[in-house]
Amino acid sequence: MLRLQGLTKRYPTGDLALNGVDLEVPAGQVVGLIGPSGAGKSTLIRCINRLVEPTAGSVFLKDEELTRLRGAALRRSRRRMGMIFQEYALVERLTVMENVLSGRLGYVGFWRSYLRRFPPADIARAFGTLDRVGLREFVDKRADALSGGQRQRVGIARALQQEPDLLLVDEPTASLDPKTSRQIMRLLREVCAERSLATIINIHDVALAQMFVQRIVGLRQGVVVYDGAPEGLTPEVLTRIYGEEDWTRSIRRDDDDEASPPVIEEACLEGLT
Amino acid sequence: MSDAALPQWRRRTTRAELGRWFGWLALVALFVFCWEIMTQDTIWAFVTDAPTQGADIVGRMLPPRWSYLNALWGPLWDTLNIATLGTLAAIVLGVPVAFLAARNTTPSVTFIRPLALLLIVASRSINAIIWALLLVSILGPGVLAGIIAIALRSIGFVAKLLYEAIEEIDHSQVEAVLATGASPAQVMDYAIVPQILPAFAGISVFRWDINIRESTVLGLVGAGGIGLQLEASLNVLAWPQVSLILVVILATVVVSEWVSARVRHAVI
Repeated sequence: MLRLQGLTKRYPTGDLALNGVDLEVPAGQVVGLIGPSGAGKSTLIRCINRLVEPTAGSVFLKDEELTRLRGAALRRSRRRMGMIFQEYALVERLTVMENVLSGRLGYVGFWRSYLRRFPPADIARAFGTLDRVGLREFVDKRADALSGGQRQRVGIARALQQEPDLLLVDEPTASLDPKTSRQIMRLLREVCAERSLATIINIHDVALAQMFVQRIVGLRQGVVVYDGAPEGLTPEVLTRIYGEEDWTRSIRRDDDDEASPPVIEEACLEGLT
Repeated sequence: MSDAALPQWRRRTTRAELGRWFGWLALVALFVFCWEIMTQDTIWAFVTDAPTQGADIVGRMLPPRWSYLNALWGPLWDTLNIATLGTLAAIVLGVPVAFLAARNTTPSVTFIRPLALLLIVASRSINAIIWALLLVSILGPGVLAGIIAIALRSIGFVAKLLYEAIEEIDHSQVEAVLATGASPAQVMDYAIVPQILPAFAGISVFRWDINIRESTVLGLVGAGGIGLQLEASLNVLAWPQVSLILVVILATVVVSEWVSARVRHAVI
């Protein structure tokens, strides 16, 4: 579904954020992208939908090379890639419905979207996705009236509204409490399975990633240093990704399941779980 | 443990401390100097006489000549029209300038943005009454000159405050809408406009409120409105009429402030 070839990004400041990343994600697979802050995780997913312009390399989505597209063709390809953000990035002063329908902007003309006269099929789909994420009764609430978890659900609904082939998820749980984080990750995993979406999730919480994704890619200084199963994250591998630290307590043990949550690394979270 | 062994901390170094004291000293010296200049041409006999003179004028002003009120409704209506239409014109012209001037929406940072900024500075640096003087000599006296004067003065104000609001929007909301495949016009409508709408409403009614006050004096130079009556009354030393006009202006400004406060409250 998605294929990256030698993807490289050097910012004008000279920082090399990505250094020749090769990656392939088949349909229906959920990939957790881990790595220290500044490793290039956000840059990687933004290079895929060209919110950030890659310096070199190419991105293929179903054999179409995205890195060559410009203007209207680029906008058409963006419709196929849903994006979910760390701070939700909802348009705060618009209603939940308007936020969800904004996922259809690539499909409708300006005047229709300006007058909020979306095609009936889009509205029906929006009610469907809102049902799916459990926010049907919040349709006419303003986005800034929702809690963090609810906002992220709206963010997911907006991305699904695009009927994408690919989901790009940037730190979906970084602003959420541990319980809500799990609910959001579970929801993401489920919708990806239902619609067989290829998905890349940037995530800081290694234990959470291990719980919900099928494959882990470790990024360090713009280079892929690990690519494999979540179970393969040994202390040695984590040291390769993040650097020296005592990792034994942050790795999910085999006897853990969702009923007995793993010990979360940060001391401040220990009381919550 | 002796004091010398304790760690030392001071907010500023001795040098910085001295520098600050000299700064304050220079400010006081400047004030004294300016006071000297200000007072050397003052005729103190007039100043000591001022309370008596003031009381005399106030005495002549009171009571206001309430019957004159009927002659004021027309000019007052003109004044409100000058302020409102001038503000509307300024909004229509100022909003595009704001988008051209904002770093994140301008089509070209090197060419168009400096041009838009120049327009803003030019409009802001000339007072409405000076615009009105110029326009009265071009267009002749009347309400139209007043409207255009108010509009020219307000474009810069509206555009400056609005472009600052545009530059402060949350970029992630723009990214999110962009990522759906939206066109530039749709990004404007869905991501930028909702974020600046409260600022826009606040700026508009604030400027309208200011313009009501400014348009009351435009008549002094012949640009229509209640200022014409004020000048006429002043010229014939009709103090009870002057005081009535001042009362009417005060009442109008109070009402406009109340309206603008309500509007700002409703939008935010």
